[in-house]
Amino acid sequence: MNYEILGIAVLWFFLYGYLIVASVDFGAGFFHYYNKVSHKNYQVNKLIQRYLSPVWEVTNVFLVFFFVGIIGFFPDTAYYYGTALLVPGSISIVLIAIRGSYYAFNTYGSKDSRIYSFLYGMSGLLIPASFTIVLTISEGGYLDVSDGLVTLLLGELFTSMYSWSVVVLAVVSVLFISASFLTYYAFKAGDVASYWLFRRYTLFWSGPTILASVLIFFAIRRHNPQHFSSMLDISWMFLLSLLFFLGAVFLIYRKRQLGLAFVLVMLQFFSAWFGYGASHLPYLLYPHLTIYDGFVNETMALALIAAFIAGLLLLIPSLILLMRLFLFDADYVRGNR
Amino acid sequence: MFMEYDAATFSRMLTGLTLGFHIIFATIGVGVPLMIAFAEWMGIRKNDEHYRLLARRWARGFVVTVAVGVVTGTAIGLQLNLLWPNFMQLAGQTISLPLFMEVFAFFFEAIFLGIYLYTWDRFKSRMRHLLLMIPVVLGASFSAFFITTVNAFMNAPQGFELVDGVITDIHPIAAMFNPATPTKTAHVIVTCYLTSAFVLGMIGAVKMLKGDHHVYHKKALRLTMMAAFIFSIGTVVIGDLSGKYLAEYQPEKLAAAEWHFETEEEAPLVVGGMLNEDGKVNYALEIPYALSILAHGDPSAEVIGLEEFPEEDTAPLIVHYFFDSMVFIGMYLALVSLLYLLFSWKKKDWMHHKVLLWAIAAGGPLSILAIEFGWVFAEIGRQPWILYGIMRTPEGATTSEHVDAMLLLFIGLYALLGTSSAIVLRKMFNNNPVAHELEHRGIEDRRDRS
Repeated sequence: MNYEILGIAVLWFFLYGYLIVASVDFGAGFFHYYNKVSHKNYQVNKLIQRYLSPVWEVTNVFLVFFFVGIIGFFPDTAYYYGTALLVPGSISIVLIAIRGSYYAFNTYGSKDSRIYSFLYGMSGLLIPASFTIVLTISEGGYLDVSDGLVTLLLGELFTSMYSWSVVVLAVVSVLFISASFLTYYAFKAGDVASYWLFRRYTLFWSGPTILASVLIFFAIRRHNPQHFSSMLDISWMFLLSLLFFLGAVFLIYRKRQLGLAFVLVMLQFFSAWFGYGASHLPYLLYPHLTIYDGFVNETMALALIAAFIAGLLLLIPSLILLMRLFLFDADYVRGNR
Repeated sequence: MFMEYDAATFSRMLTGLTLGFHIIFATIGVGVPLMIAFAEWMGIRKNDEHYRLLARRWARGFVVTVAVGVVTGTAIGLQLNLLWPNFMQLAGQTISLPLFMEVFAFFFEAIFLGIYLYTWDRFKSRMRHLLLMIPVVLGASFSAFFITTVNAFMNAPQGFELVDGVITDIHPIAAMFNPATPTKTAHVIVTCYLTSAFVLGMIGAVKMLKGDHHVYHKKALRLTMMAAFIFSIGTVVIGDLSGKYLAEYQPEKLAAAEWHFETEEEAPLVVGGMLNEDGKVNYALEIPYALSILAHGDPSAEVIGLEEFPEEDTAPLIVHYFFDSMVFIGMYLALVSLLYLLFSWKKKDWMHHKVLLWAIAAGGPLSILAIEFGWVFAEIGRQPWILYGIMRTPEGATTSEHVDAMLLLFIGLYALLGTSSAIVLRKMFNNNPVAHELEHRGIEDRRDRS
């Protein structure tokens, strides 16, 4: 395997990590607000806070890791994406800033505030939608590259069926992933009311999730036939993803092995995510930029990989400690600590 | 907007705005964990619940500032790519390693901070809880270290060859440990500690000025002022080394900061003053030989003046004001903390004198201002270069047409975040005063009141 593939695989993996932890986080923020305004039950919100409070900071780092890493391995992405994404990128920053700050203000401030909870709940749902712009423009056709200038074609972007189908998929996936995690978490906490609520949410959002995924296939076929045909070449990955999905929904429906069900949801997105990523290669930005254009020089690639391994050696034990103390500590989950 | 559109100028304004806002929270983020660890350690060592409560309350307020620090840090990280794509395309080849490591350091800190905050009463051994703070302190200081090496690299780029605009022959470690790295990183880290000590000291001083003479506040004051004195000595020593670094590697930056126009031996130091339209300095205090001592540690040494450099390569002379204000505040902080220690040792009656308390209280906002001034001096002082000697600032900027609108967007965002965090912090502590919390936790003892 060459460094380019290794580099993008590592980065793609981190983005996957972000996708999972951020989805749980964003969805939980939305449910938190929704339960508050609909006076569903107060218990649910306590449960959400108990899970989120010790981990919210970690979520953000996955994202930073990705965009620092991609500039490190592929400095040319800075030129294309950096120039084109000023406006959508800035909007994402504002959303992230509002969500992160108001989450902390609401959780650690003197009391729970409805406005703060609204701000972090709603911004959380808009963030995934705003991020999808990067995935959308990576398919090509939304950028004008001429005379050394890169311009984003906003008109094309807003009228394209492909870009909207990605937005829909992002939003419903967030709610589905989050609800399936919280079902498991509520069950472990022995919180029956919350468990029933999240089980209902999970089953409810499973339909739109799979519909949106199918919609994406048709949209890609129309928008970028070349990418579509490479997706067909590895169609087994997408079929696998469908099987994981069916397995997860089945387990939740039958109220069995909820931990395994959440793992299946993670695998569902893992196979779809890597299938999508692998079929997109070698392009970082179709058709202007591949992973072989302007790859960082070899010394730097080695240094980055060394730093990456050293970093993981430090992080993995720490993450395990974090999870053992909070996520997998039955007493903590039940609220006894 | 009210000025002609120029993407590079607006990019500079927006970057300056974001960094200016971020460093308030970043500085606190680097320094306060150390102070929390000190307080908790004192609490365990002296078996004194007041210190442990101090650690608890500082930690609680700290989380709110960390949140804003994290999100604005994410903002500046993304903005580097959005506003300076051409610079990142070139320099990304060499600065990605420290950027990467900074994220790791922060990751490490984030994990343990989460654990620390939620395990106050979970471990039997109190020492074990304190140990969790070590990775937080290390992570915070190392992320400051790594990110500052990136800035040092922009001031003293090395570790690569530039052949026809293409970067080759890269040595990542040499780029990271460039000549500017030691003084810059040391100065940044020690001033973060100093500022945090003063900001926390200010809280105690203000409480006492308001008439709350609880022993809790006295202990807080003593702890913070002792730490502040040590860090201010460190700041003075490292500041002096930074001056010597500039004299050797970036003489035009030092010359602009000191309004030193002609190359001469036995150079005097210009303190304060105003520059009139003919380029003459009025109302300044001149200290003979001092600049030669500052620059080379020798009163007769020759100091290079601004006349030696073409005008397009030198920084605006306004940096002098920022430099002098920073140095003045640094001296002030050292003096105030020294006075407090002297009184606590020899003249206990004066220790909590109103004037001294006022001086300590003023030290909080002043130390934050000094951080801002120092960074403005460092950044404007290396204009016109974004990569010293290699790339001029406008060449690195975006070509987008919407930077002005983004500037307005972010002004709005920072106004919102700044106001909200101030409101939240005030409410947090006003709704739950110390005396109340002491009683609530069953710590309070009547004898403590004085």
